[in-house]
Amino acid sequence: MRIVIAKPGLDGHDRGAKVVARALRDGGHEVIYTGLRRTPEQIVRTVLDEDADMLGLSSLSGAHAFLFPRICELLKQEGCGDVTVFGGGIIPVDDRSELYRAGIRAIFGPGTKMQEMIDFVNEVKNRIDVGKPVGVGEGGDWFWS
Amino acid sequence: MVLGREQLSIEFVNQALSGNRRSLAKLLSSIENGELDSNSIGLDGHDDDGTIIGITGAPGVGKSSLIEKLISHWSTQGLKIAVIAVDPSSPLSGGALLGDRIRMDSADSNSNVFVRSFATRNQPGGLPKSVGLAANLMRKCGYDLVLIETVGAGQSEIRIVSFADRVVLIESPNSGDQIQAEKAGIMEIADLIVVNKSDLPNAERSAMQITSALQISGSPTCVLLASAKTGEGVEELASQLLSIPIKMGAEVARARERLLAAWASSLLSREDISKIINDISSGEVDAEKWVLNNLRWYDE
Repeated sequence: MRIVIAKPGLDGHDRGAKVVARALRDGGHEVIYTGLRRTPEQIVRTVLDEDADMLGLSSLSGAHAFLFPRICELLKQEGCGDVTVFGGGIIPVDDRSELYRAGIRAIFGPGTKMQEMIDFVNEVKNRIDVGKPVGVGEGGDWFWS
Repeated sequence: MVLGREQLSIEFVNQALSGNRRSLAKLLSSIENGELDSNSIGLDGHDDDGTIIGITGAPGVGKSSLIEKLISHWSTQGLKIAVIAVDPSSPLSGGALLGDRIRMDSADSNSNVFVRSFATRNQPGGLPKSVGLAANLMRKCGYDLVLIETVGAGQSEIRIVSFADRVVLIESPNSGDQIQAEKAGIMEIADLIVVNKSDLPNAERSAMQITSALQISGSPTCVLLASAKTGEGVEELASQLLSIPIKMGAEVARARERLLAAWASSLLSREDISKIINDISSGEVDAEKWVLNNLRWYDE
């Protein structure tokens, strides 16, 4: 899978994003890291040009409630509704149902085992193979839990 | 998402040719996955007109940073620039971390720029064969120049000449004494040599050493100083790159590299390649013997 790992907004902490990128690389995936402080438009542009299958968003600054749904919306507008979006960082449990509604398929908090992320990617792959919805714009109520 | 061959219509190619980024991105994936060749897209060959430029050099010399300076310079002049940035795949997991974009600010915000990351997918020579077709397609899709950034390359990695019309070698100051510049390899093939990080001490001395080494060999190559950090020398580099004559004498090397790239690619695309590799790694089969026994078609 081709996976973009992105840091939206003004959050300057990317240790977590880099560790995730590395783990996915070791899981056999091609990972493109955007670098820090990207706007939603820049992230969507990267997903588009790189023809990514998945997008991982990392946020530790509390801006996820605005930025994540905005990115999901732009992806759908740009015809990237088949891209699977997942998130990570400091995302309070109370905020999560709203993000799932926006089309995000998994949220990984602190303490997540790397193997769990690999399992999630494999599950997405399996679902694509049998035609079940996984994309940000494909609807359905499936999310990783 | 990977496009099946059957999904690929001429319409799709036409969309890419008329400037649709998503169609181009999808086509590039199909090329990268080996599902498309030049015939299936209806592309004729690229005539070596100097518009596909290879950028090579050791890891950390500043290839990506200098490319960013070049593309922002050219794009303000109204040129459309595409970049293929190649990074290595893991020989163990097959995965890759593609990080060249990070240093290219124009990559995700300039509408005249299209940057695409490629993994080597463990093709020998550090450059997958698909890069050639990808660059050709980008040219046909309206990009005036295509820059191919190689993986951090060593002295003898010259595969880039088989895909690029012109090759630029980036060096940094203090990358060795004069004898390094005397050695054979990539330095002889390059059409232009840039000593980046000219803001650092010893940059001028490095450039002079390289210049004098190449003068002795009778193939004087233009050596420039530039700094991706301060922007110094970038303008001259950009104009030289488009005006220097394409170096003669590299045709044999180019043909040889094209042959090797095609050969490696056809070997690696064999259906039984995983089994062969497993047999060799378990010691059941000897690699050289296998080649002699199985690839003798050229004698027949």
